[in-house]
Amino acid sequence: MTTRTARPATDIEGLIGDSPLRPDGVSKLKGEFDFAQDLSADQMLWGATLRSPHPYARIVSVDIAPALAIGGVHAVLTAEDVPGRARFGLEHPDQPVLASGTVNYWGEPVAVVAAEDQRTARAAAQAVVVEYEVLDPLVDMEEADRRDEVFRRMRIRRGDQGVIGDVVIEGTYEVGMQDQAPLGTEAGLAVPDGSGGVDLYATSQFVHIDHEQVVASLGLRPDQVRSHPTGIGGAFGAREDVNLHIHLCLLALHTSRPVKMVYHRAESFTGHVHRHPARLWYRHHADREGRLLRVEARVVIDGGAYASTTSAVLANASYFAVGPYKCDSVAVDGVGTRTNNPPCGAMRGFGAVQVCFGYEAQMDRIAAEIGIDPLEIRRRNVLTTGDPMPTTGQIIETPLPTMEVIDSLEAMPLLGNGRSDDPVHLPGGTGLTTDAAHVVSGVGYALGIKNLGFSEGSDDYAQARVLLTGEGAIVETAAIEVGQGLVSVLAQIARTELGISRAAVRHVDTSRIDSAGSTSASRQTQVSGGATFEAAANLRRRILETFGGDRLDDEGVWKGDERVAPMSTVLDNHWEETVTFRHPPTFESDEDGQGVVHADFAVAGHRAIVDVDVELGLVKVHRVDTTQDVGRALNPQAVRGQIEGGILQGVGLAVMEELIVEDGMIKNPNFTDYLLPTILDAPEVEALLIEKEGSWGPYGAKGVGEPPTISSTAAVVAAIREATGTALTRVPVRPQDIALSDH
Amino acid sequence: MVETNFGHASPEEVVVLRRLDELTEWDGNRLGAGVTWRRIEREGPKAFAQAARTVGSPQIRNAATVGGNVGTASPAGDGLPFLAAVDASIDLASSDGERSLTWDQFFTGVKKTARRPDELITGVRIPEELPERQEFAKIGVRNAMVIATVCCVVTRRESGETRVALGSVAPTPMRARRAEEMISSLSKPGESDLAEFARLVSEEVSPITDHRSTEEYRRHAAGVLARRLLERCLK
Amino acid sequence: MIVAFVLNGERTTARVMTPISLLEVLRDDLGMGGSKNACEQGECGSCSVMLDGELVCSCLVMAVDAEGSDIRTVEGVSSGGFLHPVQEAMHRAGAVQCGFCTPGFVMAAIDLFEHNPSPSKDDIREALAGNICRCTGYGAIIRAFEDLAGETR
Repeated sequence: MTTRTARPATDIEGLIGDSPLRPDGVSKLKGEFDFAQDLSADQMLWGATLRSPHPYARIVSVDIAPALAIGGVHAVLTAEDVPGRARFGLEHPDQPVLASGTVNYWGEPVAVVAAEDQRTARAAAQAVVVEYEVLDPLVDMEEADRRDEVFRRMRIRRGDQGVIGDVVIEGTYEVGMQDQAPLGTEAGLAVPDGSGGVDLYATSQFVHIDHEQVVASLGLRPDQVRSHPTGIGGAFGAREDVNLHIHLCLLALHTSRPVKMVYHRAESFTGHVHRHPARLWYRHHADREGRLLRVEARVVIDGGAYASTTSAVLANASYFAVGPYKCDSVAVDGVGTRTNNPPCGAMRGFGAVQVCFGYEAQMDRIAAEIGIDPLEIRRRNVLTTGDPMPTTGQIIETPLPTMEVIDSLEAMPLLGNGRSDDPVHLPGGTGLTTDAAHVVSGVGYALGIKNLGFSEGSDDYAQARVLLTGEGAIVETAAIEVGQGLVSVLAQIARTELGISRAAVRHVDTSRIDSAGSTSASRQTQVSGGATFEAAANLRRRILETFGGDRLDDEGVWKGDERVAPMSTVLDNHWEETVTFRHPPTFESDEDGQGVVHADFAVAGHRAIVDVDVELGLVKVHRVDTTQDVGRALNPQAVRGQIEGGILQGVGLAVMEELIVEDGMIKNPNFTDYLLPTILDAPEVEALLIEKEGSWGPYGAKGVGEPPTISSTAAVVAAIREATGTALTRVPVRPQDIALSDH
Repeated sequence: MVETNFGHASPEEVVVLRRLDELTEWDGNRLGAGVTWRRIEREGPKAFAQAARTVGSPQIRNAATVGGNVGTASPAGDGLPFLAAVDASIDLASSDGERSLTWDQFFTGVKKTARRPDELITGVRIPEELPERQEFAKIGVRNAMVIATVCCVVTRRESGETRVALGSVAPTPMRARRAEEMISSLSKPGESDLAEFARLVSEEVSPITDHRSTEEYRRHAAGVLARRLLERCLK
Repeated sequence: MIVAFVLNGERTTARVMTPISLLEVLRDDLGMGGSKNACEQGECGSCSVMLDGELVCSCLVMAVDAEGSDIRTVEGVSSGGFLHPVQEAMHRAGAVQCGFCTPGFVMAAIDLFEHNPSPSKDDIREALAGNICRCTGYGAIIRAFEDLAGETR
């Protein structure tokens, strides 16, 4: 795929490389933007869900009569009311729409209710009487591995398996269960169309896959269901899987009324997939200069009760288990276990986050062992363009400026960060726990690598349609805007290619356009952007050919200095171009995990500066600076927004975020005890964008959403280790891990 | 409201207290139950204001009241250790009359108080004359809107009289009396005295392990906090 | 029962059942969908409104308690097609991503600037400590209000 240079400079604002004001900014600022939770319809009913109170139990009986007897209740549905496919699932349809036979995780949906108002619906759901025979849940991932309760095993072997290093460092690491915790909870509205079909407006990252699963479970024809892109309050992976989508459509068709459902916060924690908790074992072999000779790894991630995307997350974790480093002898064994814990699936970083925590800790330990500094050891092992991926052997063809990331990260000045002895700036903040004398500081570095786009032979594509109308350029797409700024970027591409100043994105439903794929895997800028780029470029070429011109702008078609067709004449024709963009193909790996598995890569580095009150184990993350390989920053302000947001999620995983699951039950499904970083916890961030053309994305752009989460956690923990001398092999780091450690 | 939002409570009758002027009066040493944490943050005695600053968030402090916190009697209530440190008392009123209980008579267990169902908390009384040195600190895992893992107030007078009150380390706010006794008799405690003081505090608290923290950490942190606050008082 | 109050400058009534929250009444009965329900526990600030001049979480205010009050929501802060300076500042700084937290931040920032026209960075952070954002990492939000504070100096 060739890159194009930008169109010659014009007076248009909002071209690629600009940071135009968000088109949806004003409505969001005024509170007028319609999120799924804000939708309503005439004659609307409210839905609610009854969930299992047990992580593993046999359903002995279900009595819906008490619920139906409540005034205002219109429907109570169970598994037997699912007319089509009983199960759904992103990769494997293994999850029951409504439980029957057994419940396999705490919170699994058993029945759904539609009633006149939300309170009645929720009360009615609780009134359904379910008799359970409580069974003994499987909650330990190692035990699940032993019992072969697994969704997938990965085996990667590359190079001479007999290599042994002069320096051998072995370590085990653990990553707790993080949650995406988007501020908007799951919400949706399903409207029956009166002829047996339904329109669905629900929080989602991928409306076409929702459509597919709704069609299958409702036993309808594809044209009978339309899934509409809908305003969503953040996603971060939580909204790829179906949660309320099929339930809503079931209720709507059963009652012949529109049905709305909104999960409350605890239900949201329970009702969506989480980041896989992980246990990692590593054995790194290096020579005396710190060059990696061999890396052995065992990666165990707990997928919980149903498959979701565990298979792909495990693959990602395994393929990236070595990190952005060259190594010609690699052995990785991975397992994604099935337990009665809450199901896990996509969260920003998708497996690459967990292993980065492990491999970066290992790299620091090797450096310490041979007495060189953390950046130097990384320099000596840098993976870059032209090198084979250490795990898959795939030759890296995209620009991968790993050395430049390291060099520029080191060169970023250690800025005086306005830190004073004011307690607000010290660990503990306004809690006044700490005086300056109690504080030690530390600096930590980490690098991370992430694939962009889907892998392992996925048919990864996006369709976009560009029209030229009296309102300017319109980009039609089903690609979901979750806040990242896609609605800006696609319009910027259309403006740039067409030379038209007015451009806007129009979201259309699944019946009006083909799939744009998921808003995940940092892919939309590249694939939907790629489709938009081609469609706009094709449209421009056709318009110019039609009128014999060489330039198009708001005034019309020009040839040299002469306008050969005014825009009004141009618009006498209907102009539309639809493109389905596919990136270069990827393939499944062979039995040793070798192959051209990934579509693209991006690398990023983070440097964290922390203050630690060792006696109390309190941490203040002052700065997390970063350099990131972005290919081409199409919207610098939006890129910075992704970086700052992603870094803070990494900080959260490092020091405060964990879903505590005991005996299969989530103990803290609320914002009181699942702690999200507040503004007082946010570090200063300096971000340097490294732009190297050569990737297949439009203008050489690479996706930017995930790299900020990959190594930010590892950098923060590295900094805490430097400050305290404590090994810290688990995240999130808790005060007692520092204060009570034996070091 | 959290309980009613989640459908766990559905009162049939509600009495709105927010605009009862008598309850928001703050007269010298008596704070009406309706005095908000925002006011205490701005106008209260030092350690009480320090505690108020950490209650919830600005939104919470504008609405939450000292009466509310006292009535909820959470072991982790940020403002409660101050009341224990200064030996505050709580005023109650009912149609049968009024009474006043000392804080340790009032707090009886985890979220349990001696308030009768027909009684209203009308105010909190703190002494006219408060110790010159008073310090507060609270440990939480993040820097705002956090339930205390441990919180502590230490006060000290010229005479050496020291009070040490803690929260989140027992079913109710508590005073570390043995530690108080030990340190109050020392006019210029040295390094080993301070270490012993911290040890006594650690011994006296009875924290639990829950999903927020462990007994071991809370015990350790209680001693550290108490010592640091005392050192600030001694400066 | 009927409660009457002033909402964004206009006298309004609503029929409420105890113990419904003000947030619920605003959203479901009065068409004020700008205030958001993200936690119903007062832990995120996305339901922030001004109640008698004070910034509060409307999810924690019982609707009947709003009787006779003066309430301001995000719907009432801009007028005549112009954004409030707080909204303008956020827009320019790129402080809006998904937008769910945005109305809450708008109200909290207005409260800050009404009490303190020249806040320092620390003032800004402490005043907004009750508002959670999951998308932006708060960087652009802080920059927005530092810019605004600089302008009002």
